[in-house]
Parts: sequence; structure tokens; C-alpha cells
Amino acid sequence: MSAEIAEKPLVAKPAEPLLSKRRKKLVTDPLIDDNPVTVQVLGICSALAVTTQMKPTLVMAISVIFVVALSNFAISLMRNTIPSRIRIIVQLAVVATLVTLVSEFLKAFSYDMYKELSVFIGLIITNCIVMGRLEAFAMGNKPYDSMLDGLGSALGYSWIILTVAFFRELWGSGSVFGVPVFEYVSSLFGPDFKLATNGLMVTPVGAFIILGLIVWVQRTKTGYVEH
Amino acid sequence: MELFNLGIRSIFIDNMIFAYFLGMCSFLAVSKKVSTAVGLGAAVVFVLGVTVPFNWILNEFVLKEGALTWISASMATIDLSFLRFIMFIAIIAGIVQLVEMVVEKFSPALYGQLGIFLPLIAVNCAILGGCLFMAQRDYTLAESAVFGFGSGFGFMLAIVLLAAIRERLKYSMVPNGLKGLGITMLLTGLMGIAFMSFMGIDL
Repeated sequence: MSAEIAEKPLVAKPAEPLLSKRRKKLVTDPLIDDNPVTVQVLGICSALAVTTQMKPTLVMAISVIFVVALSNFAISLMRNTIPSRIRIIVQLAVVATLVTLVSEFLKAFSYDMYKELSVFIGLIITNCIVMGRLEAFAMGNKPYDSMLDGLGSALGYSWIILTVAFFRELWGSGSVFGVPVFEYVSSLFGPDFKLATNGLMVTPVGAFIILGLIVWVQRTKTGYVEH
Repeated sequence: MELFNLGIRSIFIDNMIFAYFLGMCSFLAVSKKVSTAVGLGAAVVFVLGVTVPFNWILNEFVLKEGALTWISASMATIDLSFLRFIMFIAIIAGIVQLVEMVVEKFSPALYGQLGIFLPLIAVNCAILGGCLFMAQRDYTLAESAVFGFGSGFGFMLAIVLLAAIRERLKYSMVPNGLKGLGITMLLTGLMGIAFMSFMGIDL
């Protein structure tokens, strides 16, 4: 009798390497093929407003990367203890805590940037990418994988908003990261030559149109069609 | 008169969508049919109109620097404004839940229409954005109520207009890569240009 229920030998599964192929895919997929902004249509909410200049956009991108990666990690650690009825509130509490950290950090170390971004740092809480990744991935996967997934999504989001900001700042104010590119280029061609900036790019309309065009280019390249 | 001007400004000039990009996710996702757009718009008007004044009370009597003076004079130096995000979002989630229950009890027909949208509203940027703008701009209670309803109507106007255009768009030939999000962004841009004409109004 006892022989029949002999324990199966415990074979330790070989540990997955820290950056296995599957894990790399978690990070690289959302960059192009499954981009959160252009393919999944998430997170357009708060971020377009800050894209008139490169600098605040970069700060915004770093903040979002920090919040998405860490909130994914934290929620994934707690995923088995959260009752599903109140999970939205729990997720919001975790995200709001992280965003408060970012906001207090900026207030202490870069007050000008804090003033410039004003309410938009707070609006990371309701950025659909954060909630979307928490719901879709972190609630059902291990902490480390969830963190990588969050990192990938946030990076995919970051390069899109940085591209939008690049074109808006270049054509709207004639500069990149505050460096007056247009002035310099104009001076190369003699005193009468002047590259003109377009005021439309600074207004929200510019952001909509630039993003629309980026989506067009990106979807044409990947062949993704929405029905 | 001041309040009336604020209302007009928050609907047309400082429109949530066209000036601040707030609530874009639901704006893009729920604008395929006019009837659902009206439902979501109504829910947003309602929730913004209730939460902004409610959060004003919270901000004024609990969170602001020196707001706790009404308990005792020794608390005048306490500044809890770093708790703003977490408190505002908790209030929003709570009120959305409450609104859902009240609507279900007193108007089952409206509940049936709004049903699926109500829980989604807790994570709509327009609501949190409205509350944060209210705190940043130091509105009074009456102003914050008007601002809440005005911004809500602005959002509703934008989403219903876009839904109407997208219904027509079904019959036009759009390049494959532009279908869906791309063409909608361009359309929103064009609508934004139309809304920019309101900026000239001096209120």
C-alpha cells in the first residue's frame, strides 16, 4: 500500500534565466507591435497636454515608467489576497501612493517642473495604461514578470509621447530640448533666411494631428487594421 | 453673472477634451454610437457635478494648509495637501459607487442605460482632472459646482458630436492604417480648431 503512494521524486525545475526570451518579449512587444497608445488606444488621456516641450515630456515619461513598473510589481505581490470586489479601490490606492511619491519628489528637487506639469502628474493615477496593465497582467502573473510587462508598456508609451513632443517643439517653437535649432539653421543660410514656426503646433490641435499621423505611419508599417 | 461666465468658459473655451485632453480614453472608446455617447456623457455630467463640490468641501475643511483650524486653533499649521491625490480618488470611487446605488433604486430605467458606464467613470481622467483643477484654481463652493457641471457638459458635447461624425464616417473610404484611432485623432483635431474660435470671446 505504502509503496503505491510513494512520493514522486522532486525534480527542481531549472530556474528561468533573469532575461529569458519570454521575458524579453514582455518588454519588447509593447514597443511596436502591441503599443499601448497606437494599438491598444490607452493612456492618451493626460499625457498629450504636456507634449508642447521635450523636457516636461521626458519627466512625464520617466514618472509613468516608475509608476507603472512599481505598481505592477506591488499589485502582483498582493494579487492573491485582494478580494475581487474591491480590487479597483486597492489598485487606485497603490497607484495614488506611488504618484504622490513622484509628485513630492518633484516638488522637493525640481519645483519649476512641478509647477509646469501641475495637475498632469496627479492624472497619472487615471492613466488608462496603469489600470489596464494592472487588470490585464499584474492580477494574474508573478511579480518580476509583471514589473517587466509594466516597464515595456511604459516604454512603448514613452517613445510615442517623446516623438509627438519632438515634432511639436521643433515646428511650434523651433527648438529641441530648449536648444534653438531653427535659429541656428537659419543663420547658416545668411541674414535674410528665416525658418518660420507654426503656432498651431503649440495648441492642442497640433497634438491631435501629430498623433493621428504617427498612428497612421505606425499602423501602416505593422499592418494592423482596426474594424 | 461671474458664475454664468465661468459656466460658459468651462463648456466651450476650457473644454475638457479640446483644451486639456482629459477623458480621452472613454472619448475614443465610447464614441461609436450617438446613443451610448449620450449615456456616458450624462453619467460624466452627473458625477463631475457631484464630486467637484464634494471634493471642494474635503479640500477646504481637511486637506488645505490650516484647514483643520475648525477643530482647534493648535492645528492651524497642519498641511495635509500631499494626501490630495489619494483622498480625491477615494472620494471619486466612493461617490461613483453611491451614485450607482441611488440611480438603481430611484430610476431603474436610467440605471439600465448608464449601467455599464458608471463603474468606468471612477477611472475617467476628466473627473480627477476637474477636481485637481478646482483645488489648484481656488474656486469657491458655488464656483466649483458650476465648474463641475460646466466641464461635464463640455465633455458630453464633445463626445456626442464626435459620435455623430463617426456614425457618418462608416460610409466613407478611409485608408487602412487610418481606420479607427488615426482618423478619430485627426477628426478631433479638426473639431478642436472649430472650438478654438471660442477663445476670442472675452468673458
